[in-house]
Amino acid sequence: MDRLLFGDNQFFGVNHMSEEKARAQAMRFQSVDAVMGVLDAAYDAGVRTFMCTTHDRVGEIADRVRLDRERYADFAFYPCMPYAHKYANAVTEDGMLGAVKRFLPGEGLMNAAIRGGSSMARKDIDGITTLLIDAEMKMFQGLRTPVVFLQNVIVDLLLGLGFNAAFRVFADHVRERYGAEPGFITMNLPALVPVLEAQGIEDPIVCSNINKLGFRMSGGVAAYERTLREHRFRAIAMSVFASGAIPAEEAIEWVCAQPNLESIVFGASSERNIRQTRDLVARHWDLQPVLA
Amino acid sequence: MTSTSRATRIAVAGIGKMGLSHLAIVNAQPDLEVAAVCDASGMVRGVLEKYTGVVTYDDYDRMLREVELDAVLIATPSRTHASMVRTALERGLHVFCEKPFTLAVQDATELTALARSKGLVTQVGYHNRFVGPFAEVKRLLDAGAIGTVTHALGEAYGPVVLKPKGGTWRSRKEEGGGALYDYAAHPLNLLNWYFGGATSVGGTVLRPIFSRETDDEVHSTIHFAGGESANISVNWSDESHRKMTTRMTIWGTAGRIFADRQEIQVFLRDGAAVPEGYERGWNVRYGTELTGGVGFYLRGEEYSAQIEHFAERVREGRTDGVNGFESAAETDRVIAMLIADAATAAPTLAPTPTATPMAGPRHAEVRRPRRRVRFPWGVPQPAVQLELREGS
Repeated sequence: MDRLLFGDNQFFGVNHMSEEKARAQAMRFQSVDAVMGVLDAAYDAGVRTFMCTTHDRVGEIADRVRLDRERYADFAFYPCMPYAHKYANAVTEDGMLGAVKRFLPGEGLMNAAIRGGSSMARKDIDGITTLLIDAEMKMFQGLRTPVVFLQNVIVDLLLGLGFNAAFRVFADHVRERYGAEPGFITMNLPALVPVLEAQGIEDPIVCSNINKLGFRMSGGVAAYERTLREHRFRAIAMSVFASGAIPAEEAIEWVCAQPNLESIVFGASSERNIRQTRDLVARHWDLQPVLA
Repeated sequence: MTSTSRATRIAVAGIGKMGLSHLAIVNAQPDLEVAAVCDASGMVRGVLEKYTGVVTYDDYDRMLREVELDAVLIATPSRTHASMVRTALERGLHVFCEKPFTLAVQDATELTALARSKGLVTQVGYHNRFVGPFAEVKRLLDAGAIGTVTHALGEAYGPVVLKPKGGTWRSRKEEGGGALYDYAAHPLNLLNWYFGGATSVGGTVLRPIFSRETDDEVHSTIHFAGGESANISVNWSDESHRKMTTRMTIWGTAGRIFADRQEIQVFLRDGAAVPEGYERGWNVRYGTELTGGVGFYLRGEEYSAQIEHFAERVREGRTDGVNGFESAAETDRVIAMLIADAATAAPTLAPTPTATPMAGPRHAEVRRPRRRVRFPWGVPQPAVQLELREGS
């Protein structure tokens, strides 16, 4: 994994501090060209991994990357699925059946119907889960996706319910079908890691908020530090600036000092900010990728 | 919790969109124990039983009879709340009920009195009161920071009903649609928190935009006992919002407050009673500093914080606290006033130009967004309908 990963919140009107700022960003990044401009700046600054939700518009970005393989030879996508609003909106518009139809994978109705249908009948989650994963992965066909993440809203829902077997189903399918490492995004790191261990998921990649403020670090900073020190997993820190509440230098210095942290994912809207963050991190870390 | 006390045994009734999320949060609380789950859907029960080991029931009354419980969380369609809450209270159980509380003021009043007579802990899921910036508004108003309040604007917008297709339950009133109960209830409940019960309402518009039978848009002027007036502006057919957005703006003689889930912007005039940490002129404080952490996070701190609050109150036997039945009944009352006012309003609504075959809403339908929910209240909603709050 690269030590610096590029996130996508800024492109899709997500900002934890201000709705106004979120709207301004949504306006600015309405065109794929505007998004690609920032992604190009990141790529040229050596930030070559794009950790992104499976938003429809990411499909357009994937198309651009596919069209210019030479330019983007080292570009990697880390898909984070599902983009929950997409399902919510589809269910609203087309109802449950219409939504399911819309997200069927390319390999055909028959396979999907068999996997999905018999899965429903046996109250078995394997079939329907793998079906949904395949549907989400469709837009990345032919592109590098070395890590595939399950979004925090689903991870934490399953974790809360105690639906632990689903993590294993996800991990196995992502490894077997896509040759990718399974990743898990969570707002409850200390609770999740032991559950993944108990499911026999070896050395999982886990992405969570890790910041000096303790913002959205459920269970508290001390529990996060203990988990990082005492458990075997590959940690990615997000929200290291707590949406801008921590001054950049202070935030990076603190996060880079945390034990066993492998990568940081950050978002930025300008070349200047991308390079600034990269240079800040380079003061504390060797930016060469960490080999698994 | 001391080592001698045991966990509160709670049942969750209704595993739809909200119920599933509540179940996950409740199950993650160290001092709550999910003793049983109740839902009409065999699929939902089967999957939950198989993968999480929880005991499930398809019959609410039987569950209450057979399972030893301290409390129940009700997240079924609103139509069923009153009778289910009553049964639980009569059995001496503490109750957390999803919003809106009831669809009839009479029910709300009776249930509030019943709970009080039995000394039971009650709470309704108006989670915005647990959102840092909205709670800060309450604190500032109580401190008199902006002087005498004259007016407020409560808003809620979001992308729920965007087409005149009418293919889903959201467009059918008998299945429980409508922006009044689902969306407008939130800013109304905040206004009740800030200014108490409403004394009168006027100029209410409950208007379908794309739905055939239910309101997609809600507007009204509301008057409060302290002399404050408020407008509400609600539209769930607004695709310019990525997800539901609730906002509150309040004008006072000494300043103005704007708040949403993310931040609070406060302007204090010369002569304002400036609270500690604030100064004259503009003040901006963010949710990141105003929102406390939770033990287990799903979808937003407020959803967990309200469950933690309920668990704590049950543990300590405290009948006071945030969002008790009495406060939720005030919101039921103002909702009833809006419905009555809309019914008396002059029939000036033009047919909606984009509406499908039934075209212009008949006014009888516009006026009475009754929610006769015919489908079994456990119709499964996919987990992916949960709101996503990306973390990076």
